[in-house]
Amino acid sequence: MSLSTIEVDDVRHEFNSETFRDDYTFSNSPEAIARFPFPFDRDEYMYAVNIEQHMPGPPKSATEFPIDIDEHYVAEMADRARVLKEDPLRCQSLPHMLMAEWDLLDLLMTSMARDYPRWFSLERDGRKWHWINRPLGIEQRFVFGDPTTLPQGPMEYVTRQCQGDFCLLDQRDNNLWLDAGIVTSQADWSLDFDLGMNFIEWHGPVPLAHNMNIFDRALKFLMNLQQGRPVRRLNWTMTVNPRLDTSPENYHRWGIDRTTVTPENVGDKVHLRVELQALWRLPRSNAIVFSIRCYLIKMGELVTQPKWARRIHRVLRDLPPELAEYKGLTNYRAATLEWLSQYDDGAPTSPGFYPD
Amino acid sequence: MSDIKSRPIWGRIRPVAHAARHFVCCEGSSAARHVAETFSPNAEALKQVTILYGNTDRNEEAGHTLDALGAEASLHYPTRQTLLISFKAHLKRLHMGAQIYLCGPEAFLNEATAIAESHGVLKEAVQTELCGANARRVQCVHCKGLIENVAYTPIACEHCGVNLMVRDHYSRRLGAFMGVCVDAEAPGDLPARESF
Ligand code: HEM
Repeated sequence: MSLSTIEVDDVRHEFNSETFRDDYTFSNSPEAIARFPFPFDRDEYMYAVNIEQHMPGPPKSATEFPIDIDEHYVAEMADRARVLKEDPLRCQSLPHMLMAEWDLLDLLMTSMARDYPRWFSLERDGRKWHWINRPLGIEQRFVFGDPTTLPQGPMEYVTRQCQGDFCLLDQRDNNLWLDAGIVTSQADWSLDFDLGMNFIEWHGPVPLAHNMNIFDRALKFLMNLQQGRPVRRLNWTMTVNPRLDTSPENYHRWGIDRTTVTPENVGDKVHLRVELQALWRLPRSNAIVFSIRCYLIKMGELVTQPKWARRIHRVLRDLPPELAEYKGLTNYRAATLEWLSQYDDGAPTSPGFYPD
Repeated sequence: MSDIKSRPIWGRIRPVAHAARHFVCCEGSSAARHVAETFSPNAEALKQVTILYGNTDRNEEAGHTLDALGAEASLHYPTRQTLLISFKAHLKRLHMGAQIYLCGPEAFLNEATAIAESHGVLKEAVQTELCGANARRVQCVHCKGLIENVAYTPIACEHCGVNLMVRDHYSRRLGAFMGVCVDAEAPGDLPARESF
């Protein structure tokens, strides 16, 4: 079912019209830059068990609400639809995960309707639910728990309408198992390959962290995750061109972009890619949902905040070589550093993530 | 020990005394000889043993060694594919409490363990032992094609032609290592070949 075009037109202009491929018209407004979840609270970076409670952040920040919908929403959802059309394996769910899928649908629809009432609404009458998504022009009445009343499975249905990749983790045998997910904007990992793996296995390729016991400690923590007490962490990498779909599946197509960086185009081409990852224990299935919300920012946009400019220059300069290699920076790190150095006068930076 | 976190560690096959039934699936003559040696001291158990043998290196003599064990059934197949078709058919009607023994080259173990897992066989019910080449089974992450018996990296994908590096990342569900384009950032520039 679709909404009348009048109601859709009413909110559509609040979202950017932009692309994450081909002509790459993506950019951030000054408001989006100000709320960017900058991931460095000091001038250096190393892996750590950086998990904190997913508490509401300041108004307008990326963590004000549990699920963040921003100006890129409509364009990101169009990009996801295109990825899924070309490669259905980006969305998979093992049969025992259906209850967790409904849990996820409940979590996302409830949060979105509560925190963004202009854009989404949800009415519940027992198991009869009525969902309205104005930016995408979708209206759906369905029976909660009955998959035949939705056009796709519950996980796919709701995540085609929510920014971020999502993984559903089953907990058994003292481990977490990646048994379902929708992954269309990933930093170079494959859901199809990792599906069915446990926490230690899917983290296998990450350098250094295993020997620092980071994954053992993080797993232990997550196994005790309580309902109603979600947690979050930030992860980051760099991407050349604002491409959401940096999948291994398509790496033979986008990898070459990493050779196109010159000191002249760094500001426009090189992006910091931050993942705001949050984890919730789900009530019916006891599964965990892991959301990976991707934020992109051009170097040219980032340096409008002098503290961030100085800091990212220092972080990239001193990054352990194993991390630089793993994150795929080898081919454009030098050019990026050269360009960033003009914004680093050596002045001290204040502690914490926020701009001065 | 392997430092690839996602990689299975192959063990040694040992007949389990209390198992109600024993089900052996092995490939290649060195695996056949090893199975014969392992089971021959267990004359009593042999009445409950079914052996599937993939005679992939055309070694009739090794096959005869298996037949001479006097197992309940000793069945021979000409290729890995035919061996595993039969393996699946037998798995579907296997009794609870049966022990499964898999013995053969790495790529065979990769595929056979994935088949067992997809048929709901419990990990505890499967024993494995590497016997033969450690060439790997690889999936091209780009076209999803599976490549059998990959002895070295890099290789060209036999399906889509992309030059692949075999990553140290293994999926038990797919029974394969991941192959990823090796020259995406420098087309045609391939690192020196390394054997496994
Ligand atoms: C439970 C849900 C989680 C899922 C599904 C997940 C998934 C992944 C995946 C698929 C990768 C890429 C591995 C590759 O190269 O193939 C990764 C990287 C990583 N993960 Fe997780 N992860 C989870 C939770 C965590 C937690 C709680 C931590 C806390 C320490 C963590 C730390 C890391 C680190 C440090 C990396 C390397 C990132 C980089 O350098 O870019 N992960 N994760």
